[in-house]
Amino acid sequence: MPRLLARVYVTPKRGILDPQGKAVQHSLHALGFGEVDDVRVGKYVELRLRDAALDAGRDRVHAMCERLLANGVIEDFRVELEEERR
Amino acid sequence: MRWGVVVFPGSNDDARALTVAERILGDEAVALWHKDRDLRGADCVILPGGFSYGDYLRCGAMARFSPIMEAVERHAAAGGLVLGFCNGFQILCEAGLLPGALVRNRSLSFICDLVTVRVETTDTFFTRGCSPGAVLTLPVKHGEGCYVADEATLASLEREHRIVFRYVDAAGRVVPEANPNGALANVAGVCNEGRNVIGLMPHPEHAVERLTGSEDGLRLFQSVQAWIRGGAELQVAPGA
Repeated sequence: MPRLLARVYVTPKRGILDPQGKAVQHSLHALGFGEVDDVRVGKYVELRLRDAALDAGRDRVHAMCERLLANGVIEDFRVELEEERR
Repeated sequence: MRWGVVVFPGSNDDARALTVAERILGDEAVALWHKDRDLRGADCVILPGGFSYGDYLRCGAMARFSPIMEAVERHAAAGGLVLGFCNGFQILCEAGLLPGALVRNRSLSFICDLVTVRVETTDTFFTRGCSPGAVLTLPVKHGEGCYVADEATLASLEREHRIVFRYVDAAGRVVPEANPNGALANVAGVCNEGRNVIGLMPHPEHAVERLTGSEDGLRLFQSVQAWIRGGAELQVAPGA
């Protein structure tokens, strides 16, 4: 069985105030990047799963996100999976 | 009565809560280690302020899975009293014992200040000794105290009178200037459906002696005492 690399992106839900994103946007504007329309600041979590098949691994990582890695009240998450050769 | 104060790694108001229970209120108090599995007969459990598990991932996200929390959840489900102050409020929201969540202050700054909050309902074990609309002065000290919830949740909180405290100005008005952290609808504290679990960002345990700025928190703790001792109706002090 291969080793799986899971990349988890956790971002503030639409409609939830993201003061950090707003502050970053203001700074980018001040630096001359006026085209920036919206900034959302989130988290990136990298996980390595041993002996996991792709589909089962995806289910497990989704369960981890729902249980701990993201708070569904305020955050959305997205998972990318790839097989890693050792 | 007996108070139980949970001690998570990184809690820092646990000692304060124990002191208030024992020295100010003259009750029994037990410290409950996060790895404990029972509440040792506590009538009311306090989840104290601090930075449990270093606030890693999200404030309260790790603490919520501590072994002691299973006992706290059972206690709450059986109608037992649970209070969360600051980080304790964050933990209760993460655990799903209270609705909503607490996110970064709108200012992005850590706030350490005295605020005024209005008692929005006296129909709880914690506020029944206050007069309706009483304005209390309590300290806050937090970086993630901005209360958020979706529209439907907020509407049900309003309808069911489950918003327990709101940030107000000295005259008792809900105004944006009185809101220290950007909380939705100036919400400072809420209770669950059963009204036996309450969380708030301000620190009543740091407002029990005039020497340190306010003793408005005392009446809240006395409400709990009277509730547990049963029967004896608490006198409502004028303006308190």
